[in-house]
Amino acid sequence: MVTTHKGIKSTIMYIILVIVGVVMLFPVFWMLLACFKTNNEIFGSLKLLPSSWSFEAFAKGWETTGTFTYARYFSNTFLLVIPTVLFTIVSCSLVAYGFARFDFKGKNVLFMILIATLMLPNSVIIIPRYALFNKLHWLDSYMTFWMPALFACYPFFVFMMVQFLRGIPRDLDESAYMDGCSSMRCFVQILLPLLKPALFSASLFQFLWTWNDFFNTNIYINSNSKFPLSLALRMSIDTTSSIQWNQVMAMGLVSILPLIILFFAGQRYFVEGIATTGMKN
Amino acid sequence: MASTKALKKGGWHKRNRTGLYYVSIWLIGFALFQLYPFLTSLYYSFTDYSIFNSPKFIGFSNYVRLFTIDPDFMNSMKVTLQYTFITVPGKVILALLIALLLNKKLKGVNYVRTIYYIPSLLSGSVAVSILWKVLFMDDGFINSLLSAIHIPAVPWLGSTHTALLTICLLEIWQFGSSMVLFLSALKQVPVSLYEAALIDGAKKGTVFFKITFPMISSVAFFNIIMQLIQALQNFTSAFVVTNGGPSKATYVLGMKLYTDAFRNFNMGYACATSWIMFAMMLVMTLVLFATSKKWVYYDN
Repeated sequence: MVTTHKGIKSTIMYIILVIVGVVMLFPVFWMLLACFKTNNEIFGSLKLLPSSWSFEAFAKGWETTGTFTYARYFSNTFLLVIPTVLFTIVSCSLVAYGFARFDFKGKNVLFMILIATLMLPNSVIIIPRYALFNKLHWLDSYMTFWMPALFACYPFFVFMMVQFLRGIPRDLDESAYMDGCSSMRCFVQILLPLLKPALFSASLFQFLWTWNDFFNTNIYINSNSKFPLSLALRMSIDTTSSIQWNQVMAMGLVSILPLIILFFAGQRYFVEGIATTGMKN
Repeated sequence: MASTKALKKGGWHKRNRTGLYYVSIWLIGFALFQLYPFLTSLYYSFTDYSIFNSPKFIGFSNYVRLFTIDPDFMNSMKVTLQYTFITVPGKVILALLIALLLNKKLKGVNYVRTIYYIPSLLSGSVAVSILWKVLFMDDGFINSLLSAIHIPAVPWLGSTHTALLTICLLEIWQFGSSMVLFLSALKQVPVSLYEAALIDGAKKGTVFFKITFPMISSVAFFNIIMQLIQALQNFTSAFVVTNGGPSKATYVLGMKLYTDAFRNFNMGYACATSWIMFAMMLVMTLVLFATSKKWVYYDN
């Protein structure tokens, strides 16, 4: 009696989970199929499957009607994202090391400021930042992304790594320090290998966020030749001529493919990353 | 013995200064890219400033103009608040409900969690905003689906009544990251608490409100604050899906700020808008903090 009751309950739960799952994935699934459809099939039609399976939309979309192909937009995106990610993890882990392993005057105040900047909205600082970058002649270049990353302006990741470092026993690096190891060597040789999961999580999130960013790229980057994928996609629906939606969908899909691959490859680090930053002590 | 202690002490002093060197990487970045822009933004909000001329102090004129002359501002405030009050509770409640379901020991839960997270991967991406636009167009798939089950087509993006809601749906669809956060919090709740409740014969509702929710309330609290800050600044979906329209029905503060500052180069004016946005965030955060004593439980 009890078991059948339980069986029914878990069946209901599975049904709910599957329905929600279908709703969650359907848009992306539909996007994939739309790449093979004509405009007539995309609009005013319920048909899920395309009438023919041709990869033409991918080829034509990739070539674009403009000056640059998506090869350019992809390499631009990598050039923007990869250094930003590398600079972020190097600078943020060093700063986290400073906060987690040393006691200097004013440390607590500084750490409070760091936590407070978690809530500093980008919208409030974007205009003076734009003016500042203009003075420094960084506008329309990836310096606008690289430099804040180089100087650890991502409190989220610093905080995440401080939390992680606090979980590593202090004896490990302290005894090495007593043996005359320099603080930098202690960090690189002893702590860094242990910090790996946090570094992976931070890299994944920073990759994702910078890759998807539109608000900042739209403001800082103006030249078509420097457009990352986000701006190229936005441009592709901005034309006055009739839009070939299958090509737009195809390039949209191609632009998010690296994220999906990365997610499946590094799933564990995503979940762990979210868990460790869950503001728990 | 004494000499090693002295050495240790001297070493520590030196070592502590070293800590400041590491932290100074961030201090420079903070001063240059966060504190300076933050303070300058406040100053600019009291000036007439475009990128081409130097700022001219004009007192409260920008703020007065926003509240008395500018017809867009009040609308943008209204639209932004609607967007925030629909998406934040929608997302958080959905994330919590699904997390509670997934916390049951069911087979294959890990796969489900992965699938639910996928939309969050794409949050803020232009690709997904474009997809939304295509799906919800007048002759898009959603309306085809509705007509198939004999429901009249809805002008999702073309009507002032539904455009904002359509954008809200896009945001709520991305509840996965909040869900994962809740799920990891739920996993931390000590099993002994549930066992004790079981022995005492507590009802399910009681267990949720007396054990589960208090134990995850600090995560919920943090999550709500971060979501509020994000929602009040929303830009990409309003810009790409509807471009603020129709009739400015989705012209959120983020769009107004962008248009004023980077299209019309009224930068002082846009800074005033950004500070009102900031004030809204502060007020909401303070209200949440004030009420937090009643519903947020801290372990330590």
